Amino acid sequence: MLNFSKINVLIIYLLFLFTAIFSLLNFQDENNRLINKKINLGLDLQGGSYLLLEINSDNLVKEKIQAKVIPIKKLLKDNGINYSNFKINEKNLSLSLDNIDKFDLLFNARRDNLVNPYIDNYRSFELEYNKVKNNQIEIFFSKFGLLTINNSALKQSIEIVRRRIDDVGTKEPTILQRGEKRILVELPGLKDPERIKALLGKTAQLNFRLVSDNNEFGVDKLISENGEKLDVSKRIIMSGENLIDAQPSIQNQSNEPTVSFTLDRLGAQKFGRATTDNVGKRLAIVLDGEIVSAPNINEPITSGNGMISGNFTFQEATDLALLLRSGALPTPLLVVEERTVGPDLGEDSIKSGITSLIVGFILVILFMFYKYKIFGFIANTALIANLLMLIGVLTILEATLTLPGIAGIILTVGMAVDANVLIFERIKEELKTEKSIIHAFDTGYSKAKITVLDANITTLIAAIILFAFGSGPVKGFAITLGIGIITTLFTAYFLARHLTSLIILNTTNKEIKI
Amino acid sequence: MTNYNFSSKFKHANILSITIFLISITLIAFKGLNYGIDFKGGTLIELRSNNSEASIIRDVLKNMDLGDINVKKFGKKGDFLIKIEQKDENNSLIPEIKKNLSDNLNSEVNFRRVENVGPKVSVELLQSGILAISLSLAAMLFYIWVRFEWEFSIGSIIALFHDVIITLGIFSFLSLEINLSIIAAVLTIVGYSMNDTVVIYDRIRENLGKFHRLNISDIANLSINETLSRTIITSITTLLALISIFILGGEILRGFSFAMIMGVLIGTFSSIFVASPILKYFNVSYKTIEKEEEKIVP
Repeated sequence: MLNFSKINVLIIYLLFLFTAIFSLLNFQDENNRLINKKINLGLDLQGGSYLLLEINSDNLVKEKIQAKVIPIKKLLKDNGINYSNFKINEKNLSLSLDNIDKFDLLFNARRDNLVNPYIDNYRSFELEYNKVKNNQIEIFFSKFGLLTINNSALKQSIEIVRRRIDDVGTKEPTILQRGEKRILVELPGLKDPERIKALLGKTAQLNFRLVSDNNEFGVDKLISENGEKLDVSKRIIMSGENLIDAQPSIQNQSNEPTVSFTLDRLGAQKFGRATTDNVGKRLAIVLDGEIVSAPNINEPITSGNGMISGNFTFQEATDLALLLRSGALPTPLLVVEERTVGPDLGEDSIKSGITSLIVGFILVILFMFYKYKIFGFIANTALIANLLMLIGVLTILEATLTLPGIAGIILTVGMAVDANVLIFERIKEELKTEKSIIHAFDTGYSKAKITVLDANITTLIAAIILFAFGSGPVKGFAITLGIGIITTLFTAYFLARHLTSLIILNTTNKEIKI
Repeated sequence: MTNYNFSSKFKHANILSITIFLISITLIAFKGLNYGIDFKGGTLIELRSNNSEASIIRDVLKNMDLGDINVKKFGKKGDFLIKIEQKDENNSLIPEIKKNLSDNLNSEVNFRRVENVGPKVSVELLQSGILAISLSLAAMLFYIWVRFEWEFSIGSIIALFHDVIITLGIFSFLSLEINLSIIAAVLTIVGYSMNDTVVIYDRIRENLGKFHRLNISDIANLSINETLSRTIITSITTLLALISIFILGGEILRGFSFAMIMGVLIGTFSSIFVASPILKYFNVSYKTIEKEEEKIVP
């Protein structure tokens, strides 16, 4: 085990230098980088916000099941099936039928089924039904129907969340899908996430509706911005989808912040027609079910440009413009997990993390010198090399360093010497029975090999499981611990062994003490 | 090499282990574990103020009807950790709390950390934590079963259970908070304790092959003595690193490093006094090993 061919030695040291050199990249000048690789700091170290958002699919399911009412009724009428007791519930429709068999055929038709489309990629229908009593059934979304609804809502939400966050202008945000219903948002450097949370919490569904008591379409009783009770028609003249731009502006006469908007061609036509026909009436501008303002239509607006006023502060006008520009969310987003770390706590954590790393490192080094003298020197050289390689590998992978990650490095320092301790203790034993020093070292290394491997693999297993199940900071711990084990094995079995061989093979001393 | 007679103390040590193990189980079952917001849900706020008292903060929050509130000093003077148990999910609660605190404390308030975990997420985090620990135990069981014989596998798993339960028992006894980083600590303890056990087992296996005449107690005793100085040195260096984190690593890492320190001590104890004596009860002898060698050699 002590014979190294020249080529082996070369490979060992090249590999070491290659990885270790990457650790230096972290000390480059920020503005003048040779190679753009460095260890990223986790949110807990650089400060920032982590938000986990969940779409509220209950609302969505209710909306979608409502949208099925008309097509289903039409299907029944067209085919002469009589129905009664038609009820719209939160998640299903219940009704009684006189001919369920005929309904079944139509409902589960694979072709030209406008009511219940067949979802090819799931090989399943969007809707299912259950018999409740004799001729009463309940129609609801199938598992895959729900999945499709969630999926498309989630995709759309991610897009809109991205637009809104980009518009606010935070640096390097991360926006990712998590599972079927969640969106993960990481905002490094953000001190106060409340504005973003407020922006993401609004669906921003904008409608223009007439104030009237004509109940052909039904009316909603809403309260205006000045506390007036108004009857607002359910008919939507135009919605936010037709907006192509919205900007905050200051009205010339009153100096009041407003939001001016521009409509697309279709929107401009609709809006022009509606305002022409209804001069003198009031137009309610409704955002998420609340009236923003309800001005009088003084003259037809055909230009496709308009303005919304509503006692805004300039910030409110800016945010509303941003929401309208980015489009409406299909469903409200709920913050189900939030972790925000202020920048000063992050700095404190880095400081205390680094301090404890240095102190722990020095303590271990001193202890090893004290315990093993010259071989302590070897173990310590291996330890330093180990640390450099660990940081190097983290840099190559551009891993994210978290506070628990720093703890993982310190722990690696404490446990890394174990490999060398195992070997040295084994050699000590061999020296007792073996006369040839070289032979004793050789057998020591080979006999300890299996134990060192076994011992380290167990910790590696723990690290891998932690990586798979942990989240955020804890994952950072698993990464440093896991990589630390691999660099430990390398430094102990290649670097330290080579250094040992140099000492043993070149010593003339008959008595070597470990 | 040392020559302590460990095997003569196996019996006493086992009684001690079983007693503490049972006490721990009782504590966990009846006193329970003090789950942090990660696993219970709720809001955590770490704030820094110039001069504020915990009682003032408590009074401000009491008027908001938030449920169970816990305010305690945290690190430096003027730093506080507030934990609020809030059941319903409500996006506007945190801004309200922050505004209320900023308005009513007569000093500038710096919100250093704000965490909020909803009820659904906290349940998921707890489940995945438990799953991770169970999986790691299963993986260790499997690894040792592949590398050694099943007797060793069972022995090491019992030792791991011993370590995990007693560490949690200590946390229950001292009412220390269980959060995500404690799960990380427990998993690392599992890895460390296993590491320690494997080193001794490796030696036991080797000695079983060498000394056919010795019984398992003597073999265990010999093997423990042979590896003792390694066991102690590694424990010392690991503890040096951990104590450094515990003292200098800041408040956030304190629970984690405390759990690890306990775990390393208990893990070292269990490798010697739990994992090794168990082999005796399985009547492990050199024949156990020979069986295995036949299996491996094709």
